Amino acid sequence: METAFILYAAKEIQQAILTNENTLESLDRAIGDGDHYINMKRGANAIIGIEAELAQLSPEAALNKIGLKLLSTIGGASGPLLASFFISMAKQLPNNNNDHAHLKFVHAFAAGVQAIMQRGKADLGEKTMLDVLIPVSNQWLLLAQQNHDVAFICSSLITTAEQGMLATKDLIASKGRAAGLGERAIGHIDPGAKSCQLMITAVCNLILKS
Amino acid sequence: MKKFINKVDDILVESLSGFSTAHADLVSLHLDPAYIERKNKASNKVVIISGGGSGHEPLHAGYIGYGMLDAACPGHVFTSPTPDQMLAAAEATHANQGVLFIVKNYAGDVMNFEMAAEMLAFENATVYTSDDCAVVNSTYTTGRRGVAGTVIVEKCVGSLAETGANLHACKALGDKVNQRISSMGAALTSCTVPAAGRPTFDISDTEIEMGVGIHGEPGRRREVMREADAIITDCVDAILADFQVKNLTLEKNNEALLLINGFGATPLMELYLIYNIAAKLFKQHGINISRSLVGNYTTALDMAGASVTLCLLDDEIKQHWDSPVHTAALRWGC
Repeated sequence: METAFILYAAKEIQQAILTNENTLESLDRAIGDGDHYINMKRGANAIIGIEAELAQLSPEAALNKIGLKLLSTIGGASGPLLASFFISMAKQLPNNNNDHAHLKFVHAFAAGVQAIMQRGKADLGEKTMLDVLIPVSNQWLLLAQQNHDVAFICSSLITTAEQGMLATKDLIASKGRAAGLGERAIGHIDPGAKSCQLMITAVCNLILKS
Repeated sequence: MKKFINKVDDILVESLSGFSTAHADLVSLHLDPAYIERKNKASNKVVIISGGGSGHEPLHAGYIGYGMLDAACPGHVFTSPTPDQMLAAAEATHANQGVLFIVKNYAGDVMNFEMAAEMLAFENATVYTSDDCAVVNSTYTTGRRGVAGTVIVEKCVGSLAETGANLHACKALGDKVNQRISSMGAALTSCTVPAAGRPTFDISDTEIEMGVGIHGEPGRRREVMREADAIITDCVDAILADFQVKNLTLEKNNEALLLINGFGATPLMELYLIYNIAAKLFKQHGINISRSLVGNYTTALDMAGASVTLCLLDDEIKQHWDSPVHTAALRWGC
């Protein structure tokens, strides 16, 4: 993975967030406090704002810098969670030297997801972003180990992310903003799961296009 | 929305500037990252740092000064501050004995302070406040919320730190005081977050939200407005039940501190009326209210409503509550 790819991905993610303002706002207004879109936009814009600086860095240094920037920009709960993801991903990336390039990236992604689980003390089925991230991480590892081609993996992960996001609709939240709502949260998609699905889909589509 | 505002984006900085200018003898303000630190810094003591979303004034910056906090980190309105603020505040104030963070138990605050604690180069510990007995999980938390009782924790721990006590002792006292506090609030109106421009929740003239949080988040139940006696009786009963759950037995003539806290838009006249009711009720249960505090100490912007907080005293807590304090919002004995 090249730093240039990270920057393309960041731009795609920014676009995905900006074009889904209404969706993210209305989901968060229903079961959160309505600031999820504003926070995600602030984070995405801050990363694009340091694009030139990131371009000079190695991939792992760029991911670490992205984590630190999100940490000091977003605040609330999303800030530390997304920051933990990128910082842990950056730490894992230079390891596993025996892996081929693709598998290295899969393991780095999995380390990032692990970091979110630890920081948020949450797991699958609690109506959070992890309901998208954990299935995607598992599916990706499986497909990569089976040596499927990148195009197949990307299309498959787009489906996995969408299924995970839609599955949050029927869950009662035990973690995250909607945890106090009990059964009132049923019938609403978790906004954090939605934004993760949007980001994963944006990056997969970028790879499919190139 | 009708508020004293120039530009919504400038509210926080303009307000912090006003605060630090008004109390220039006590505090100084730093921006990028934002933190407020105590003038006349200590040279050799545990440093006490708190912080949280803005909109709860005078919490926390109003409690910076002798006998209480060394620094406070203000986030955006109702949004936790970020770790770079805590790191900058800790680096600016630390005085060779470590740093104690006092954090209200909300998911965002916990995670941001946790990351700051991990990144901090010197010894540190954290006290989480969780005095609200209204709900176990809320919009913003896993576990109980930290509300007005936080002021009592900050006062006692700040006092102990001035005596030269070590980090372990300060953390232990903070945890003990938190465990002996219980709070319950009721909202008569919603509050309006400036950036949102409209009330956080809808509530009619004939309704109240029992067990409301300090961000206008839902509490135990929505109910019909009743006379003050009935509402405060429910608050007092909830607190007494909570002490039972916590296994804190209330013995005859147990001394306690009673704090009646306004949420921002309820006049002092009503807060004293609430005090009158709550003090009588606790007395009927054999509790000796020997210390009192009535006023707007942990607010929720312009929400009308109030909370009742009871802290069971012992000799140690009483001594640290009574000790001299000199901050913008609390001052006695010096």
